[in-house]
Amino acid sequence: MESIFFLIVAAVAVLSSILVVTCKNPINSALSLVMTFFCLATLYVTLDAPFMAVTQVMVYAGAIMVLIVFVIMLLNIRVEAVKRGSHAVFAGGAIGLFLLFQTVWFLGRGTLSGATGTMDRAQVVKVGHIELIGKALFTDFLLPFEITSILLLAAIVGAVILAKRKI
Amino acid sequence: MLGAYLPILVLVVIACLFGLGSVVFSSLIGQKKPSKVKLQPYECGCEPVGTARERFSIKFYLIAMLFILFDIEAVFLYPWAVLFKRLGTFGLIEMGVFIVILFVGYVYVWKKGALEWE
Repeated sequence: MESIFFLIVAAVAVLSSILVVTCKNPINSALSLVMTFFCLATLYVTLDAPFMAVTQVMVYAGAIMVLIVFVIMLLNIRVEAVKRGSHAVFAGGAIGLFLLFQTVWFLGRGTLSGATGTMDRAQVVKVGHIELIGKALFTDFLLPFEITSILLLAAIVGAVILAKRKI
Repeated sequence: MLGAYLPILVLVVIACLFGLGSVVFSSLIGQKKPSKVKLQPYECGCEPVGTARERFSIKFYLIAMLFILFDIEAVFLYPWAVLFKRLGTFGLIEMGVFIVILFVGYVYVWKKGALEWE
């Protein structure tokens, strides 16, 4: 049941990400990207990472997409006239095939064994994914969390200075 | 495990069906008597002036930037709210410092008039 669900979501994710690069209208590409983000969020849910899913939808499918659409409108990109058979298509295709071959080769060797953390899947489900992240963030990583607010403050000031004509 | 997320799936399915249904049924059932005026793009009854694909002002970009930054603040509030009771007063002070620093940014944005539409 779960593997069928994964296959459906993965297929939609791959199809919509192909649409992102093949759509001629940039707004259609942006909408396909939203679909890809939603599929990724669903995959995070199946991996017992609901906080990642919420962040994916809130930040990427919400805020980042608004920014991307505004940039498309700002730059006034028209429907792209596609040139077929250019050097870029050939080079990109060759690199893509090489990377695909490499991935399949590494997966086929079956020796992928990364370092394991202190938590396994059963523990994460038992304690709760958000609780674990929150506990780490607000106790062990307290200073990085507070520094994040300084980073956000710097970003706010930078955005105002760059985009505001008359300060 | 995934059963807990069934309501979200139902919501997504209903939303998709509503969107598709509105388009499909209105094209199936609705009358089609097109005329030149009817097929014109319209907005609030105004006469169309020029192309719709004009360059938009940078002001939109600034608003979008500020939206992202305060959206990320909201993302940090979520795990804090889940753990609110367990963190106690210490958690409240932590989040207080975080919010105050961002509030400085908010005051800055307000004072510089970045939220004004001039």
